[in-house]
Formats: sequence, structure tokens, C-alpha cells
Amino acid sequence: MNKLVLGSAVAAALGLSAATASAATLDDVKAKGSIQCGVSQGLPGFSNTDDAGTWTGLDVDFCRAMAAAIFDDPEAVRYTPLSAKERFTALQSGEVDVLSRNTTWTMQRDTALGLNFAGVTYYDGQGFMVRRDLGVASALELSGASVCTNTGTTTELNVADYFRANDMPYEIVAFEKADEVVQAYDAGRCDVYTTDASGLYAQRLKLTNPDEHMVLPEIISKEPLGPVVRQGDDQWFNITKWVYFALVNAEELGVTAANVEEMKGSNNPAIKRLLGVEGAFGEAIGLENDWAARVIAHVGNYGEIFERNVGPDTPLGISRGLNALWSEGGIQYAPPIR
Amino acid sequence: MSQPDLAFVRTEQAETLPAPISNVGAFGWMREHLFSGLWNTVLTILGLYILYLLIPPLLNFAIFDAIWTGEDREACLATAGGHVGACWPYVDAKLDQFIYGRYPIEERWRVNIVFLLGFLGLVPLAIPAAPFKRFNAIFFFGIYPVISVVLLTGGGFGHPAWLWALIVLLTLAAAGLALLPVFVGQAKVEDQLPALGMAGMVFAVPAAAVWLMTVDFGLEPVETPLWGGILVTLVIAVTGIVASLPIGILLALGRRSDMPMVRLVCIIFIEFWRGVPLITILFMSSVMLPLFLPENVTFDKLLRALIGVAFFASAYMAEVVRGGLQAIPNGQYEGARALGLGYWQMMNLIVLPQALKLVIPGIVNTFIGLFKDTTLVLIIGLFDLLGTIQLSFTDPKWSTPVTSHTGYLFAAIFYWIFCYGMSRYSLYMEKKLSAGERR
Amino acid sequence: MAVQDGIESSQKASSFIYDPKVRSLFSQAVLIAVLIWLGYSVVQNTIANLERQNIASGFGFLDTTAGFAVGQSLIAYSEASSYGRTFVVGLLNTLLVSVIGIAIATVLGFIFGIARLSNNWVISKIAYVYVEVMRNLPLLLQIFFWYFAVLRSVPGPRESITVFDSIFINNRGLKLPKPLYEPGAGLVGISILVAIAAVWLLRRWARKRQMATGEQFPVFQWAVAILFGLPLVVFYLTGSPVSFEYPELRGFNFQGGLTIIPEFVALLLALSVYTGAFIAEIVRAGILAVSRGQTEASYALGLRPGPTLRLVVIPQALRVIIPPLTSQYLNLTKNSSLAVAIAYPDLVSVFAGTTLNQTGQAVEILGMTLAVYLTLSLLTSALMNWYNRRVALVER
Repeated sequence: MNKLVLGSAVAAALGLSAATASAATLDDVKAKGSIQCGVSQGLPGFSNTDDAGTWTGLDVDFCRAMAAAIFDDPEAVRYTPLSAKERFTALQSGEVDVLSRNTTWTMQRDTALGLNFAGVTYYDGQGFMVRRDLGVASALELSGASVCTNTGTTTELNVADYFRANDMPYEIVAFEKADEVVQAYDAGRCDVYTTDASGLYAQRLKLTNPDEHMVLPEIISKEPLGPVVRQGDDQWFNITKWVYFALVNAEELGVTAANVEEMKGSNNPAIKRLLGVEGAFGEAIGLENDWAARVIAHVGNYGEIFERNVGPDTPLGISRGLNALWSEGGIQYAPPIR
Repeated sequence: MSQPDLAFVRTEQAETLPAPISNVGAFGWMREHLFSGLWNTVLTILGLYILYLLIPPLLNFAIFDAIWTGEDREACLATAGGHVGACWPYVDAKLDQFIYGRYPIEERWRVNIVFLLGFLGLVPLAIPAAPFKRFNAIFFFGIYPVISVVLLTGGGFGHPAWLWALIVLLTLAAAGLALLPVFVGQAKVEDQLPALGMAGMVFAVPAAAVWLMTVDFGLEPVETPLWGGILVTLVIAVTGIVASLPIGILLALGRRSDMPMVRLVCIIFIEFWRGVPLITILFMSSVMLPLFLPENVTFDKLLRALIGVAFFASAYMAEVVRGGLQAIPNGQYEGARALGLGYWQMMNLIVLPQALKLVIPGIVNTFIGLFKDTTLVLIIGLFDLLGTIQLSFTDPKWSTPVTSHTGYLFAAIFYWIFCYGMSRYSLYMEKKLSAGERR
Repeated sequence: MAVQDGIESSQKASSFIYDPKVRSLFSQAVLIAVLIWLGYSVVQNTIANLERQNIASGFGFLDTTAGFAVGQSLIAYSEASSYGRTFVVGLLNTLLVSVIGIAIATVLGFIFGIARLSNNWVISKIAYVYVEVMRNLPLLLQIFFWYFAVLRSVPGPRESITVFDSIFINNRGLKLPKPLYEPGAGLVGISILVAIAAVWLLRRWARKRQMATGEQFPVFQWAVAILFGLPLVVFYLTGSPVSFEYPELRGFNFQGGLTIIPEFVALLLALSVYTGAFIAEIVRAGILAVSRGQTEASYALGLRPGPTLRLVVIPQALRVIIPPLTSQYLNLTKNSSLAVAIAYPDLVSVFAGTTLNQTGQAVEILGMTLAVYLTLSLLTSALMNWYNRRVALVER
């Protein structure tokens, strides 16, 4: 009898909760008081925790920026570490509100998986890391190599394409988790470790002797990484998109965390519009008008985020490259706020 | 009547000579147990050689060449030409992380209380001579899980209206069933009071548990992604055992039921879960379960894994319990029926107490298996002890060539102590129970 | 008989809610209704979710090009193969590691199970420690140990451990010479089959003769001679049609030859050592279950310990051993799915891992994977049950 009761309880739970209609993500988030943000399980510089359990990184800062825009509190974020495999399911099922987990924007994901990419917070490409003592200077010399990578990402397909296109034999060793790839590469199982170049710089820190390894110059793919939301909620999509654009615009206009208050008195109409002094752009996306000012005050502009997490002065030491502003030789470009 | 012809007649027994030197003492023992023939001698030498190959390097690594103090990786890097053993300061530095994962430091007292309560609940339950078994079991299987959930997560799960509606609905349904004989005019209300009380109990307890979880005790909420290490290992193992015992008993009873549909459902359920690997079940719970649920209903990742583990363990537990049920002679069933006991009374009062006692070793063995299997959750990205240890290998502060060996050795010692301890306990119970049988 | 009548009438009156039949029907009906409801809502939710998330359904994906490589494959496979082929590749890899693992685990289990009962103190203690250590450590930990800890101590390709200049051991695996078949090699293959058939016939004949006359025939020595002799003779008569391709260090890896990848070795070792410990306990229990009188009687008949074990004890112990042995075989097969943790391309890793990631079709892929394991379970059970019936006690 107990079993019957249990069964019907579960069924009732399913049935009853099915009846609760889905609300807009922004309303949900406001009701919860925090954003649920999907991040990676540990990639230094992008999303990683320190010993005290605090999340830091570029992807994490994007979530904090969204929280700042909505709540004026960058700490109103709850993080869900996700593996490459779980990330889309987690977003689709509503477990997370936004996925900020170095995810590559591809057509299949943007269309067939029911996702929306809000922008490109980091232009990346797949690269190779090898031991210095192998004496390899180019990826084209990798014929016959053992290649370590992790499954569930575009890297596995890219590397197959690259080696096939160059008619080089290779042996693939594909792991479920990034940490296992690093361990196996460190143990000498493979000659080559391949993933997004940013990931190579980040994972290199985890090797026993980072200096013994080098990243090869070839970039074999385009990997535009950015935050992702579900399809079907345009308001939430707009918020995500424009938080990113605001970060880039702020850098372009020279607004930083330090000078944001002072800039509110600026004569530049573009800055006034950005900081909500003029116009009602915040209302259009369901937020307060000073949304962008909050974002910049709490987490800084795009350049500051980049420098703080992955820039040349961090252990990762990545230069801006493609991620510099369009006006400075890169391709980070945001539509104007007007 | 003497016999003068004989030169000598022994009139008293000769003193027993000691056994030959080659048969007694250390020498005799060695001769019998080590060198009793060519073949045996060869085996002994081979065995000693194997020991020589294994033991000294292990001891050297773990003790003699090991590094015992140090601040960071520098201490554990090989000195010039020196052979480096285990890097114990790394374990010392990471120990808190191995126990609690990333659980906030100022909240760790809550975990400690849960560990302590679990210990206090489990130890008397495991000692056959300890009194208050019934209360103890109720505490460990009923009260303790609720307290733990509240303490570990912080409680205050809000007030899901549908949950309350569900409880009220089910209570009404149960009361209705209990009072059914009254409605059809077969019994007076007074006669059904015990049944009504029973129905009340069955639903009052979950209601109280739900209530307790919704109350805000002012504890800081701690998200499950922050949990890790031994905490997660024990949460999964204890959930598995606490959930699998009742579900397993119901399944075992169902499999031996007279009702064909119930039997069929139970057989399919049990054989399905036993036939597939746990890892695919974990994949299922992490990838497929969200698809089965209505939109916007999500489960915590840890909870999903727990559900998978609970069902998996239940199926194994069901088979163990079924073994016990089969060992109860038919006479016991018939005797119970002859006394006029109903099915549940018969099971509760006569059969299950005997059957469960018989299968305690089997239950402990299932638990050992479950305890070892908790490591699998690291594949779906939860950080149990082994997962946390693996994670710590990538900390640049401690990355040395011996870090991973040390970490695995630490994990091995931890799991081995637990599992070997439990297997000794199971053996002890087996001996104790069979002693009872022999009498 | 007024009392009797009274009881009967009250029973009649109270019949329907106290009638066990009605109660049983009612409970079953409720159970079925709940299950149908549950199943229906799950199916409905899944369909709704799949539609909402725009995930394709159906098995059409099996014909789509996979586009990724697999580290080890028993059949021809390339990036241009289909997802359907990845399924077969994964399945074959699972079967390969399971079958070899079962064989090694059985041998280990019997050796250590018998060793634990040995009169030799050192041997029995070694067996005891082996069983208690391996049984009580999580399998996953053992796999990691073999893979990560042992792999670190094996040299790289350039410093390979070399055996006879043709076998190389390094952290990329075990490199063996690969046989290349030339015309005529088929004959050698056939001769091996012929030799096996001959040995089987010889054994039958020898047994029959022993039954009839009591004379023994040295079957073992003859079997070895035939098994190795015949193919060798044919091999040289056909002019050595098999040549070997030796692995060669080219670039930074060995090229050519046959490679046994370290993932396979680590998984195989861990699985067989772990399961072997359980089997050892089963074997020990089985042997102990054979009455001591059997051994003593056998000694009294003049049999020495070896033949006693082989001819008297083990055949009887097998009856006790087979049922739990079956479940250990099943466990090993299921545990081979832990391959996913160390990138051995088994079914779970290649199909329920990579393919699932690339296509997102969780329901179909996990369904197929579960079906495979259920089928393997049923097949193994059936096979072992058949064997069990053969060795079961035939009461005469």
C-alpha cells in the first residue's frame, strides 16, 4: 500500500507542478532574488573558485554584471558548475537562467538546440600545446601524434577535420572531463593537448612544470565564446545582449569602475545615454535606467574585466588580440545605445 | 604370579619423548607450512620474492622516503638525485577540502553536527547488545535524514503550495480508505479508530518532515555545488542505504506477492536496475531526467544523482531481502495466518523481523558495494572524496610528480578502512547469527 | 448450527470490502492506474520538452556522419563513418574488454581462491591480503591508479622498454609486431581449426577408451603437440605466408605494428584484479562447501593432492560456484562502463558520451545503451544457467 501512496505522490507532484505556468525569466529571477548562472567546472581565468569557494573569472564576471544590472548587487548570482555535456540540458530545462561557460557559438546550437547566443565575450580559436623538448614549431609537424582532448565539445570535431585536411595520421584520446585531460597530458599519455587557445593558457597553469610546455602558433578554428540563453524569452535575451554591449560601449567611451560617477556629469551624449542620465533605455528592457552605470560601477567595463581575469598581468598572460576594441585593431564592437 | 623367564617387564609407562625437533616449534611449523616438499618450497620462495617486490617500495614511498612537513610544492620536488616518497603536507593542507569540499568555512560546524549525529545514531544500531533498537532505527531512518537535510542545506525551502495540497489530499484519501467500512455500514466509527490513527501517522510524519524543511531557522543556505569530499561521499552512501532499505523491502514483498500485476511490476523494476551499469543510471539522471519533468521543474544535480543511486541500491537491497524472506519456513507464514493476522501484520510482526535479522550481513555487503560505488558520481561532475582529490591535483601550488600518487594513496586508505571495517562487521554478524542457528 | 449460520451471514454481508480478492484487484488496479498515469505524464513531458528544445527525435541520426575519431576500433572506422558505426565500435570494445577481463578474472580468482586454502602459510597470506585489499577499494580508484599512477612511471616513446627489438612498452601503449597475411595464410588458419577439432576428437576417444579399458592416454601432451605442431608444419610447407610489420619509431611516436592502448590495459587490469578478488572468495567458499570426506576418500584411493583437487573437489565445488560466478561476470561487464573515466572508447564512452554530446538525442542513445546492457545481462545469465544445468548434480 505504501508503494501505491508513494507512486501517486510522485505522480501528483508531476501533475500539479505541470500546471504551474512558466513565467518570464526576468520575473522569475526577480522573485528568486538571484540569477542562476551556469559556469564551467573550473577553468582559471574564466570561471574558477579559490579555496574559500568564491567564483572568479571572465565568464563569472559576466554573470555578476547581469546581477548588477538587475539587482544593483553583483553578488546576487548563484553558480552551477556544468560539464560540457550537461550545459545545454541545464539551460533548456531551466536549471540555469544564463549559461556563461566558454561556449562556442555555432549555427546548430543557435538554431537546432533552441538556444540564443547573446554576443561574443571572447573571440577564441582552437590551438595546440606541446612539450618544448619535442622540438615542434608548427602544428603541421604533428603527423602521427597522440592528441588529448575532451569530449562533448567542438574541439573533438575540429581536430579531426584539421588532421584529415592535412592528411596526417593521429591517435585521439578523448576524456570526459577537462581535469582528466590535463592529468593524462601531464603524465605523458599524449604529445599534444588541444582545446581553445584560452583554455590552453588556463590549463597550462595546472601542469607540473608549465614552463616546459608551449602553445603552437596555429589556430585551427573560429571559436566565438559567449553567454547563452533559452529561445523564446526576448526580454531576457535583450538584457543579456545589452549587458554585454554596455560593457564594450563603456570601454569605448572610457567609462571605468573608478570614474563612472564622475562620468555621469559628462557632456558626451553617448555617455549620458549609457549611464541613464538621458533617455529611458533601461525601461525598454525591463530594468532601471541606470542599469549600465550599476554594471560598470560593480564590475568595470569590458577592458577592465579582461585585464583583471586573463590579461597580460595575470598568470594566464593573454594579450587582447582579437578581443581588442574595433577601434584598436580588434573585433570587439557594440551597437550604439540610442 | 611372576614370570621369571622374561628378563624385563615394563611395569610403568615410559615417559613421553618430546616430538622430534623438526616437528615442533618455529622450525616444525616452518617445515609443515613452508617447506613440506619441493613444490611447496618453490611456492614459498616465490611468495617471499613477490613480497620483497611489493612491500619495501610501498613502505619506502609511504613512510621512509615520504615528506612530512612543508609549505608548498617546493618541499615535495625531488632533491638532486634523491628519491621522493609521498607528499603528506599536501594531504594536510587539503584535508579540510577533502572533508567538506567548498562548504563555507564558517558553516562547517553544521557538517560536523551531522557527522556526529550520524555516528551516534549508527553505532548503537550496529551493536547487537545496545538497547532501544526500535527508537534508534526510527531516529536513524526517519529523524536523522530530515535534520541532516535542514542542517546541510540550510532549510527554509519556501512554501510550495502544491506540496501542502498534496499532503492534505493524501491525508483525506487515507482517512477515507480507513473509514470506508463505516460508509458502507459495515463497522462503527469506533472500530476504525486504530486504522484512522494509522492513516494519520503515515501522513503526519511526512507532513512534519516537509514542515521542518520549510521552516527558516536562520541558517545560511549552502548550495549543493559547494558540497564536496567525504561529505558528499557519506551523503550519497547514507541516502542510498536509508532509502533503499524501505523501498527494497517493499519491492521484495511485491516480488513474492500473490498479485500477478504487482509481482510483474516489481520483477521488471528490480531486473531493470540490476541489469544496467550504475554509470548509465547516473547519466540518465543527469541528462534524461530533466526531459521527463515538466517545464520549469528542475532538480538539484546532487538530488538527481541521489534518486538514481537510491533506486539502484533498492533493487539490490530487494534481492537481499528476498533471500531472507525465502529462508523463513512456510510454517511461520501459516502460523501467522492461523492466528488471524492480516498480511501487513504478519509481515510486520512475524516474517520481516526474522528475515531482516537473517540478512544483516547481506545488507552490510550491499552497503559496502554502495559505498565504493559512490565514487562513480565524479564522472557526472559531482565532487565526492575521489573527485575532490582529483580536483586538487590541478592546484598549481601542490603540483608535483608525487601529488597524484599521494592523493590516490590517501583515498585508498580511507576507502579501505571503511570497507574492510564493514566487511569485518558483516562477518562478525554472520558468525553471531549462525551461532544462534546452531543452537 | 445457529452460530455457524450467524458467522456465514455476517461474512456474506460484509463481503465486498473485506474480500481478499476484491482488495487484491483493487490494489492492482490502483497500481496500474498510477503507473499508466506516471508513464503517460513522463511521455507527454518528454515530447513537450523535446519539441520546445527543438531536439530532433528518432533514429535517423544513426546514418549521419560522426566526424570524430575513436582511439581503438576492431572494425574499420574513420571520421567519415556514421554514428551507427560508432555504436558498433563502442559495443565491440565493450565486449572485447569484458570477455578478456572475464577470462583473466576467472584464472586469477581460481588461483587465489585455491591459494587461500593452501597449506603454505606465505601463499595463503598473500592470497588473503590480495582478496581483502582489492575487494575493499573502489574499482574507479583502482582504474585511476593503474591509469594515472602507473602511466606516469612508464617511459615515453623515445625511451621505450624494448623486448627482442620488436615489442615496445611506453606510455603510448604496448606496441607489438602486426602479422601481415599473404596468400596461403588461410591454410594456416584452417590448420589451426583442424588441430582444435583433432584435439577434441582425441579427448573423446581417450575418455571412451579409459571408460572401457581403464587405460589412460596422455591427452594433454598430445593436445599441445597437435595444437602447435600442425599449424607450424603447415606454416613452413606453405612457405611462411605470414610476415610481421614491426613498429618503428618515426617522429615522436611508433608507427605501424599493432598497438594496445594504455586505456585498455589499465581498464583490463583493474577489472580483472578487482573481480578476481571476488571470484577468489567464491571459489574458496565453493571448495569449503565440498565435504572434507570427499578429499579424504580421494587420498585414501591414492590420488595425490593435484588430481584430487582437479578431479574430485572442483567438479563438486563448481555447483556452488557457478551461480555467484555468473553475477560476478555480469558485474564485470557492467563495470567495464567505467571506461568512460579514462577515455577507453567503450560503448558508454563513445556512444552514450561523445555521440550523445554531438547529437543531443539523450532518449534514443541512452535507451539503446541500456538495451545493450540488459541484453548482455540476459545473455550471460542464460549462458551460465545452461552451463549450471550441465554441471548440476544429476541424481541417479
